[in-house]
Amino acid sequence: MNNNAAKAESAATPAGRPARLSLADWMPKLVMAPTVVTTIVCIYGYMIWTAVLSFTNSRMLPTYKFVGFDQYEKLFNNDRWMVALSNLGVFGGLFILICLFLGVMLAIFLDQKIRVEGAIRTIYLYPMAISFIVTGTAWKWLLNPTNGIEKMMIELGFEDFKFDWLTDPDMVVYCLVIAAVWQASGFVMALFLAGLRGVDGEMIKAAQLDGASIFTTYRRIILPSLKPVFFSALVILSHIAIKSFDLVAALTNGGPGYSSDLPANFMYAHAFTRSQIGLGAASAMVMLGCVLAILVPYLYSELRGERHE
Amino acid sequence: MSNVAKRQTSTLDKVLRVALYATLLSVAFIYLAPFLVMLLTSLKDVEEIRTGTLLSLPGSLNLDAWSKAWSSACTGGQCEGIGPYFMNSFQIVLPAVAISTLLGALNGYVISHWKFKGSDLFFAALLVGCFIPFQVILLPMARTLGWLGIANTTTGLVFVHVVYGVAFTTLFFRNFYQSIPGELVKAARLDGAGFFTIFWRIILPVSTPIIVVTVIWQFTQIWNDFLFGVAFSGFDTQPVTVALNNLVNTSFGGKQYNVDMAAAIIAALPTLVVYVLAGKYFVRGLTAGSVKG
Repeated sequence: MNNNAAKAESAATPAGRPARLSLADWMPKLVMAPTVVTTIVCIYGYMIWTAVLSFTNSRMLPTYKFVGFDQYEKLFNNDRWMVALSNLGVFGGLFILICLFLGVMLAIFLDQKIRVEGAIRTIYLYPMAISFIVTGTAWKWLLNPTNGIEKMMIELGFEDFKFDWLTDPDMVVYCLVIAAVWQASGFVMALFLAGLRGVDGEMIKAAQLDGASIFTTYRRIILPSLKPVFFSALVILSHIAIKSFDLVAALTNGGPGYSSDLPANFMYAHAFTRSQIGLGAASAMVMLGCVLAILVPYLYSELRGERHE
Repeated sequence: MSNVAKRQTSTLDKVLRVALYATLLSVAFIYLAPFLVMLLTSLKDVEEIRTGTLLSLPGSLNLDAWSKAWSSACTGGQCEGIGPYFMNSFQIVLPAVAISTLLGALNGYVISHWKFKGSDLFFAALLVGCFIPFQVILLPMARTLGWLGIANTTTGLVFVHVVYGVAFTTLFFRNFYQSIPGELVKAARLDGAGFFTIFWRIILPVSTPIIVVTVIWQFTQIWNDFLFGVAFSGFDTQPVTVALNNLVNTSFGGKQYNVDMAAAIIAALPTLVVYVLAGKYFVRGLTAGSVKG
């Protein structure tokens, strides 16, 4: 596969007339060649490879005995996978909605000529610089049912306060939401703040001269003009949600039982520790499908927009 | 507008203003609290953790947990702390950042000023690489690293991070170089300047801002990576994120939350320092691909 890609690349350069070509003519292609090869092989080639594996009965080592859609059938009959998928729905949905809401509100609040804006912005955004593993470790301690927030509230006088979501199979997925929102909402705020700063000032002044209140101005004029930012934030957040792996690994390790598994954790567990390569590959392909379902319309509209400019 | 009405709006304005600041500051406290708790917990001893609460202050400045986290805490099999793995992370991150940034700069330069047939199509294909869930490439990559003989090595991890980082770095540089007028490059070509001369003399001198953005972005991404680290590293080549996760999940001889927290802060420190020193660029990196498209 490696050789073919390299051959295709050299064939693309017009090597037929070597005498007429200066160094500068093939230099750009030569410089791009390593990236072209790795992209074709390590992105598209591997995608196809994983797709092929998902149609085989590979267990500990890849084998190439094809079994049709058996692995997919097994996957959707697998309770752990269905839990992971529905967790992704709950986690992704809440994570995206809360982040968008907080991000927009905080950006609007910060856009009111706040005196210490720089410092506050830095504080809102710093969790984004931290690894999800660190975030998970920190929140595992904060949400600890005996020693964490629960104990603090009891000491503060709320004696019946109970907060044991981390060990409750029905509630544990909300712990993931809390930690992920803490990490990513500041980033959404930064996106919207950048967007707000780009809104045409004249338009706002005109609206206010017409007697529009500040709330109307935001609702009717400013927020609608930020539609592209909404779109980008939505794509980035859903992408983070679908790829979420490290947060679960650090915060809950999928537990209690497998009640807080996400698809990425399911895939890793089956492909790397439970010797179910075929099943793992099938779950990876479903994840790819989810991402493409979001991405393709987005890229399509982006590229069309660029052409209109 | 009557005087009364004016006074009323201005009092209302003042009340709103105070509420605004109160909201912003309490939200800031909520964002800061987890880090504060981590720091306080890391300075307490086990007894203080048992009796106190999250925000209670440590009795004395006690750095035992820090030295334990660095050099003697157990991370799975070994008990050498996360110090060695912290160094592993640097060994992975530094070459990976340097190579992927250099490749991204050259690719961006070609895609914006030396277009050839298919280069735009290739750029679109590369963009998809920014977004695929990496689960799709894990299994084949594991096989490939084995064939290349670099499975479980730092070199292998550098390779993986470069391959999947180049999509982002190329995007950053391409967006930046689009704003350099093509006439400039054309004029230099007419004067007989070659590919690298133009890159070196014209493009590179104006690239400082985008280099900073890209380096910071890649540094945080690769330092914070866990998926590639856990899938492709060996026992003694683990990056710090993997070691931290092992340390926290090792339930060997009782839970020591102070050590966990100290180790977590150590693992977060490099990216936090970068963020505090160059936060402005960090924000620009985060928003680069998304606001401008």
